[in-house]
Amino acid sequence: MADKNITAEDLAHQLRAVSVAEFFEKNRHLLGYENPTKALITIVKELMDNSLDACEEARILPDIKVSIKEIAPERFKVKVEDNGPGIVEEKLPLAFGKLLYGSKFHRLKMSRGTQGLGASGAILYSQLTTGKPSKIASSTGKEIHEIELMIDVNKNDPKIVSHKEEKNSGKWHGIKIELETEARYIEGKQSVFEYLRQTAMSNPYAKIIYDGPNGKVEFERVVKEMPPLPREIKPHPYGVEIGLLRRMLASTNARNLVGFLTSDFSRVGRGTALQICKLAKLDTDRKPHDLSHDEMEKLHKSMQMVKLIGPPTDCLSPLSEKLLEEGLRKETKAEFVVAVTRPPSVYRGNPFQVECALAFGGELPKEGSSQLFRFANKVPLLYHASDCATTDAVVDTDWKRYGFSQSSGQLPQGQLGIFIHFASVWVPYTSEGKQAIASYPEIVKEMKLALQEAGRKLAVYVRQKNRMHDRQMRKELFEKYIPELAESLEKLSGDKKEKLIEALEKIIKKSAIKSEENEKEGDGREPEKTG
Amino acid sequence: MKKKETEESLKKLGKKLATEISKGENPSLEVPIRTLSNIKYDPHHKMIKMGSNVATRYFFNVGHVRKFVQTVEAAALAKELNGMGKHLSLREAFYRMKRTLPDSNINLVDEQEESNEAIEDLELITDTSREQLHINANKMGSVAGKIVIEDGGDIIDWSKMGSGGYSLPSNVEDIIFKKVNAKFIIYMEKAAEWERLNEDRVWEKLDCVIISSQGQATRGVRRILQRLHLEHRLPVYVLVDNDPWGFYIYSVLKFGSISLAHISEKLAIPDAKLIGLTVDDVIKYDLKKHLIKFEDVDFKRLEQISNYEWFKNSKEWQRQFKMMKEMKSKVELAALSSKGITFISDTYLPEKIKKKDFLD
Repeated sequence: MADKNITAEDLAHQLRAVSVAEFFEKNRHLLGYENPTKALITIVKELMDNSLDACEEARILPDIKVSIKEIAPERFKVKVEDNGPGIVEEKLPLAFGKLLYGSKFHRLKMSRGTQGLGASGAILYSQLTTGKPSKIASSTGKEIHEIELMIDVNKNDPKIVSHKEEKNSGKWHGIKIELETEARYIEGKQSVFEYLRQTAMSNPYAKIIYDGPNGKVEFERVVKEMPPLPREIKPHPYGVEIGLLRRMLASTNARNLVGFLTSDFSRVGRGTALQICKLAKLDTDRKPHDLSHDEMEKLHKSMQMVKLIGPPTDCLSPLSEKLLEEGLRKETKAEFVVAVTRPPSVYRGNPFQVECALAFGGELPKEGSSQLFRFANKVPLLYHASDCATTDAVVDTDWKRYGFSQSSGQLPQGQLGIFIHFASVWVPYTSEGKQAIASYPEIVKEMKLALQEAGRKLAVYVRQKNRMHDRQMRKELFEKYIPELAESLEKLSGDKKEKLIEALEKIIKKSAIKSEENEKEGDGREPEKTG
Repeated sequence: MKKKETEESLKKLGKKLATEISKGENPSLEVPIRTLSNIKYDPHHKMIKMGSNVATRYFFNVGHVRKFVQTVEAAALAKELNGMGKHLSLREAFYRMKRTLPDSNINLVDEQEESNEAIEDLELITDTSREQLHINANKMGSVAGKIVIEDGGDIIDWSKMGSGGYSLPSNVEDIIFKKVNAKFIIYMEKAAEWERLNEDRVWEKLDCVIISSQGQATRGVRRILQRLHLEHRLPVYVLVDNDPWGFYIYSVLKFGSISLAHISEKLAIPDAKLIGLTVDDVIKYDLKKHLIKFEDVDFKRLEQISNYEWFKNSKEWQRQFKMMKEMKSKVELAALSSKGITFISDTYLPEKIKKKDFLD
């Protein structure tokens, strides 16, 4: 598991001599391009992730336009436009034309993208399937730069085909990308539309306009506040994988190991740093750049052995219960929504936080299984649901307690939407395709606690609703039998029918609750007494 | 219990419910439970008796309301019948109770099974019998023999009833025995055997009474057997097929049944004996070529019966069950005709009675 998390980066390091195109081709299944249907979703997702991250960092309420048009069979034109801060002209080619280049690569901060593979990967895929350059327009609010870009697959460098500069009369800022690609367009559970719908759920402060092959849809903005900007933190020694450690050692400014450990990690003081060096049998004065592979491994091992307090958790930016409720209510039109944000927790040195929301009724399907919506750092996960910690947590929760039927090992049944958001500086995906969260026990436990808390709140609502419905049905049932009983009883005892009816109807009103209690015991069966 | 008493106990039930209603309480009925779990075998009296478990049935309970109203309706019907001095069959009672509730598509009773159950529950609640409630069980039974009775003012001689015999009514309480010259009674499970014995005038030759009903004996038949047994000390001999079902017919006559355990005293005949067919008869009279192979249900029924408390401690019966299980087959009474048309009348029965070859 630990090694899996760094496969792509490690490969990239080792493959410098090999062409990027070959690297991409070989790893397309890991990167989300294994088939034409998924490729289209991945392109939209990568471009959207970048746009939303950029807007949030610049504290701009996102306005994003996505357009997909079929221009020939199995060939589509994809356009994504945002109102973010834009990218300055000099950085523009590198940001989009070089793989594994990005602002989020060497930091630990909660964000959607992390690896610098997203947008440039989309552009490379477009180039590989159509041979055409991609068009990118950017403005920081001043003039607009529009470039046509290709990637030199041998050198992994951007190649600018054309560059235009235009006046920006409307003061537009943001990025506009247009590319052509081979793809297949479908609707359904794993589709661009579903991806955007769920993105609208987890980003209720964004306005998303989608112009797809089957028409235009607008996902409204329902709240005007954004979650606070997450703080960047240094890695905690417990959460550092050996690949990341290697990169950190190579790029640090510290001149010796003690300096490296104290300045580049959180929760490591001088005493602890000395202790780590001693455990690893490494001289404290060693230069970080000079460590051999064996020494790195020793250092890595020692870092896991010392006693440390957990990492700071204020680096997380959960959606908050309010945003969750708004987002889910908006997209499901549910009659009842409840959200729970758990306090931050830690797995293997990485801070994380779980949020969940339950939606009941509305436009959710009335029959069959409930719907599970999975998110990691606000990004919807559409594939590999069965491998995901969220699924494990839902299946492991006893939904019968909350009034929903459930077969063992299955999602609960009913008109229920389950929304789980996992927020962390480092999401433990099961693969580079970033579609499922690994089931660490700490993570599943937090998810279950969130679901249970929300489940209890939902159960109160559902029970009350059922009870009111039952009470009405019960009343109607008794009202039908009352005249019959009164008539029979009149023959039997001689009491007047009308008087009996009146008395019985009085009892209905008065003792509805009491008779309910009677029934609870035997579930309608006659209680037995041993006399 | 006299007619007046039955009416009184029904009225009392109505008054109790009306009082509960006027007090604002949830009206309820205490119904003794009629299942195997609530019966006990009383080894002293040698009969099945009802246990003391009761269920409380409420009107204001979604699961109870329907049965509750059915039971009260059955009571109202019984009171009406008592007042008029008329009787209804179970089927007629079902139609009398069946009606649609106003503004609904709910029928008070949908199946006769429901009204039957309501009536049986009512018997238990008011501690009366169906006969006292003026609701008649199915009438099915023929009798011939050396007895003269009075029934509804008519004098009837059971030895002068021709080939059909006297047809027993469902309610035999009012029959008066005028002259009893018979020495014992043979009850048989099949009408065909009864006709055989009647044609051969066995009742005349052996000084007895022959009675049958189809399969399991009806209440009326069981009651008349018991009355003759108790009032005139006539031994009762039971003639059934050699299979678990035949054995159970004997069991019900002797010990009482599970569903009518509450009136075993009025129906059971603990001294009744099985005259045949036993497995020993099958061997002795060389009926082995007429075996009918057991099916799964037969094996299951045999297993159940051999585990009934009242058979469990009988060595003789356990021996029969064991032999039957090993034989894996049953034999019908009619198989005796293979030995001769009148073999059953001329040889089999006289021999068995002479040797007192009974199973108790």
